[in-house]
Amino acid sequence: MIEQGAKSETRADTAIPAPVGQGYTFGSVSDKISALVLTGRTPRGWWLGFLFSFLWLMILLYAIGYLVLEGVGIWGINIPVAWGFAITNFVWWIGIGHAGTLISAILLLLHQQWRTSINRFAEAMTLFAVACAGLFPLLHLGRPWFFYWLFPYPNTMKIWPQFRSPLIWDVFAVSTYMTVSLMFWYVGLIPDVATLRDRARSRLAQITYGILALGWRGSAYHWHRYEVAYLILAGLATPLVVSVHTVVSFDFAVANLPGWHSTVFPPYFVAGAIFSGFAMVLTIAIPLRAVYHLEDFISDWHLENMAKIMLATGLLVAYGYFIEAFMAWYGGNRFEQYVQLNRMFGPYAVWYWLLIGCNVLAPQLLWVKRFRRNTTLLLIVALIVLVGMWLERFVIIITSLHRDFLPSSWGMYSPTIWDWATLIGSVGLFLSLLFLFVRLLPIISMFEMRTLVSETQVHEHTARNLGEE
Amino acid sequence: MPQIFHRSFNTISKVSIASVVILLIGLTGATYVVGWSPYVTQEQIARVQPVPFSHQHHVGQLGIDCRYCHTSVETSAFAGMPPTKTCMNCHQEIWFGSSMLEPVRESYRKDQSIAWERIHNLPQFVYFNHSIHIHKGVGCVSCHGRVDQMPLTYQEHSLLMGWCLDCHRDPKKHLRPASAVFSMTWSASAEPSELGDRLMKENHIRGVEQLTSCSTCHR
Repeated sequence: MIEQGAKSETRADTAIPAPVGQGYTFGSVSDKISALVLTGRTPRGWWLGFLFSFLWLMILLYAIGYLVLEGVGIWGINIPVAWGFAITNFVWWIGIGHAGTLISAILLLLHQQWRTSINRFAEAMTLFAVACAGLFPLLHLGRPWFFYWLFPYPNTMKIWPQFRSPLIWDVFAVSTYMTVSLMFWYVGLIPDVATLRDRARSRLAQITYGILALGWRGSAYHWHRYEVAYLILAGLATPLVVSVHTVVSFDFAVANLPGWHSTVFPPYFVAGAIFSGFAMVLTIAIPLRAVYHLEDFISDWHLENMAKIMLATGLLVAYGYFIEAFMAWYGGNRFEQYVQLNRMFGPYAVWYWLLIGCNVLAPQLLWVKRFRRNTTLLLIVALIVLVGMWLERFVIIITSLHRDFLPSSWGMYSPTIWDWATLIGSVGLFLSLLFLFVRLLPIISMFEMRTLVSETQVHEHTARNLGEE
Repeated sequence: MPQIFHRSFNTISKVSIASVVILLIGLTGATYVVGWSPYVTQEQIARVQPVPFSHQHHVGQLGIDCRYCHTSVETSAFAGMPPTKTCMNCHQEIWFGSSMLEPVRESYRKDQSIAWERIHNLPQFVYFNHSIHIHKGVGCVSCHGRVDQMPLTYQEHSLLMGWCLDCHRDPKKHLRPASAVFSMTWSASAEPSELGDRLMKENHIRGVEQLTSCSTCHR
């Protein structure tokens, strides 16, 4: 492995940068990362951020409380647009959740070592995003307390859910995704939690981390089993990266509705999911590394890699938009053509062109290396992409539904204050969980970073040798 | 570094993991047992009525037809509860001094209905029509059981949706000729399946697809 790495660096301009900054030892890596969690005093900035997120979370609680009391009528949904914000938000959040598994599973199997500095918080981000996503279909049920009717279990009604409906496939896809992501994240945390247990001073922290560490002592047996389990989980998670959003796209593509009924949906949804997922990882990584001074672990090179993935998936998404319009024309179906024209020039045209601006035009900046290296610009592009991907789902859902085949069943959709409150509230839930995670668990995998330290020394060694020649 | 956990913690953690699994299985099992039990469904539980009316006596011993009291069963969704007048048709002649029947006479005097306790209570979101079942050849006894043997009336079956569907998914076995619909004792003499097929055709009973469609019962 190490030899291969060295061979690929025969030319200086294609050299892979060292994964960890210079001058680190095994001890100092653990010191730096565990200190974020184990310092006695909580920084004031953290409190401010958490308070802000928590207030938004309370908005969500209030919105859900009122929804349970009054029913889904408080939202802007009605016939013909019965899906509205709830499903837009669901698809948006579940898409954001895709970066975590991609980084942790696929990049692991492809031996992409740069994933090590971002996989932990990307996985946490995935879990929190899936939690937010899971809320919306349940709230949209109308009677959320009967959510368990979604599962096929022997019941007194002697009926099963409709297995031919993509909505039940969704239940399986999302719950499997949640379970595997949670397992993956937790298994990866065990050695680090054990480090925290050993370094913690307070009794409470020792006991809490001790229980979470499941008796990890770092023996060779432990490491061997850990490696096997982690690889198996990576193998299990890999198909999920593709399957989950494919199933989500079936919610639309299987329906016989112009603007939804399209075979391009699965690949273009998966690309969109990874696109928005990496935008979210960047949105979190850039402030995080600035606040906690983690430039040695999350370097410009890491950010640039993510920017490149964003550019690539952004182009795939742009291709999706193009092919949708092209097929509407080429397919010759009048209804399909009408939906496409209505999207572009109808009452929701503003949103469509905003979406094109956010998802197609903005990422083009990332062709330029100078822009990819500019963290502020990168953060702005990532935020624009997040907005754009939300708009994409909004446009797909609303414009297809609001004008049915017959003009007599046409209608308009406009969100109410409760739609906005639930969306903002879900962002609050996401941020609150994220703040707790940053304070309570190591945001970067310490033991995996430690394995990269020796790698770094090898890099330095090779660089010296190359210089001498 | 001192030990954080005492040695006994090994056992405690194993036991607690096992107990969580057992507890979850137990809770699921308990939910199932309770959900199907008469405690929830109220089946087989006789209810106290203002007057201890006995179907066993009136139907089984005296042989009064169901329709003598439940007059609208053939023509409407509701089978109909008899007005006190129906009771008084007989009871102004017989047992007119019985103290047990005082509430009946009082109801008649005051012109106020007797407040019977409802036994078969379907949820409001279920559309149920007696007349269609009668006309398609479903006997009273199929759903209500042997009321001619009930001293106090009780619900024979669970009335759970699954119970409804048992018949709607396979109606053939539960059909009888029009002459036997109100009989408590009829049983198919020869080849029940042949009779079922014939009645399905004669009574124009729709296919299972339609009988089990959501909007057949939830309108």
